[in-house]
Amino acid sequence: MNSNRYLIFLGCSTPYRVSSYEISSRKVLAKLGVELVEMPEFNCCGLPFDPVSHETMLILAAKNLALAEKEGLNILTLCPGCAGTLRKVNRILKEDKTQRDMVNSHLKEADLEFKGTVETKHLLQLLKEDVGIEKIKASVTNPLTALKVAEHNGCHLLRPKEYFDFDDPEDPETLNALIEATGATCLDYIDETECCGAPSVGVSDKVALQLARDKLNHIKMVDAQALITVCPFCHIMYDTNELRIEKTFNEVYGIPIIHYPQLLGLAMGLTPEELAFGDLRVNPQKVINLAQGAHINHE
Amino acid sequence: MAEQAAKPSSQKEPIKASELDPKWKYELQKLHGAEGLMRCFQCGTCTSDCPVARFTDNYRPRTLIHMAQLGLKDRVLKSDTLWLCSACFTCTDRCPQDVEVASVIRVFRNQAAESGCVPQVFRDQAQSLIETGYAFKIPELRLKKRESQGLPPLPKGNPESVRKVLKGVKFFEPKQEPIPNEQQ
Ligand code: SF4
Ligand code: SF4
Repeated sequence: MNSNRYLIFLGCSTPYRVSSYEISSRKVLAKLGVELVEMPEFNCCGLPFDPVSHETMLILAAKNLALAEKEGLNILTLCPGCAGTLRKVNRILKEDKTQRDMVNSHLKEADLEFKGTVETKHLLQLLKEDVGIEKIKASVTNPLTALKVAEHNGCHLLRPKEYFDFDDPEDPETLNALIEATGATCLDYIDETECCGAPSVGVSDKVALQLARDKLNHIKMVDAQALITVCPFCHIMYDTNELRIEKTFNEVYGIPIIHYPQLLGLAMGLTPEELAFGDLRVNPQKVINLAQGAHINHE
Repeated sequence: MAEQAAKPSSQKEPIKASELDPKWKYELQKLHGAEGLMRCFQCGTCTSDCPVARFTDNYRPRTLIHMAQLGLKDRVLKSDTLWLCSACFTCTDRCPQDVEVASVIRVFRNQAAESGCVPQVFRDQAQSLIETGYAFKIPELRLKKRESQGLPPLPKGNPESVRKVLKGVKFFEPKQEPIPNEQQ
């Protein structure tokens, strides 16, 4: 299903709170020749409702898939949660007729039907499989060689393994390779694949903040200059809460949280304004300076 | 509403034979995601790898699974820690017995939610869903701002059709009937 034309599924959290992720993603995808077609309509992917009603999750995801099927295009998502949900439900419903019939009896109320004819990819998978690392390397005009960063994949991009098989959940490589393609160094650290804690916000902020703190501590230990994310929830968890974590636990980090497409955009020579760096809460100026001065330092 | 989610855990009280529901495990095994429940042999891999368990003494996935095997239905469903799981799926990927641990916990939560035991944050999201089609109410200002940011308009959430397809789903009925004044 590799292609350069996708239906973009934005999900709820990116337009709600993380426009910088959408802005930077659209900019770099345009540069890489990936054409994005807007959905005529969409609703929540279903994931936030799985805890309270699995049936609701199945129906909502299937509704989105049925809408995409009408357009005849595969789906690209920016949110790993949306990607995971749409992929999982697509497979469950294709394999399990009882569930498919149940879901379709609901979709019929809105004149829709799930057929199972489209696939879903997350941004990272598209960059790896459809665009390819070589093409990304070739798009870099301003290698970020002065930058040393850490990666954070986020759970739903990797697990459960059964539904997300494009990388190794225990030792993922894709994001690392994509970061290195920009010229930056991607540092290893303890518990790289650990959860950011975002889903526990609202149930127990204390547990959620401790999880985020744990990760920030590990990143600080290796002197990473930034944390690179590919998920709106993970980004909110770290970017919005870093200051709060510093205050609550008496820590000092000052580590900017940057969307991967922002990092790639800098390497492509796009400006921080074009990539919405101004929206970030943890001041990213340090990183911008290193990125923009990088080629000068190495001449 | 809030006290429903925050009921104190009664896990420390001695277990009485009369509170066991010996058939619950068979009921659970028929539900999507919980099929492997009885395969659990209590090795503890799930708990030792659970990031949430690392930061709280109360949340233990292995214990919840064991309680279900024993039939401690009320204690599991009313447990105030059930909602702490962050659904990271580490346990599911690492369980040597292929118990889909995170999904079993999701099945517990679904049952708890059906009996009205659910944290407020989920009710808020449900309300937003049937009013807007999205899990969060995206402020009008933010939708307008998209234009100045060079972004295309956000596709419609079509809450009317969301309500149609959710007809008959227990969690949304009858408490949360059609809401007037929808925003698209
Ligand atoms: S890892 Fe699997 S077998 Fe081991 S205690 Fe957890 S659920 Fe049971
Ligand atoms: S899915 Fe839940 S129970 Fe399993 S490891 Fe993650 S937080 Fe723990």
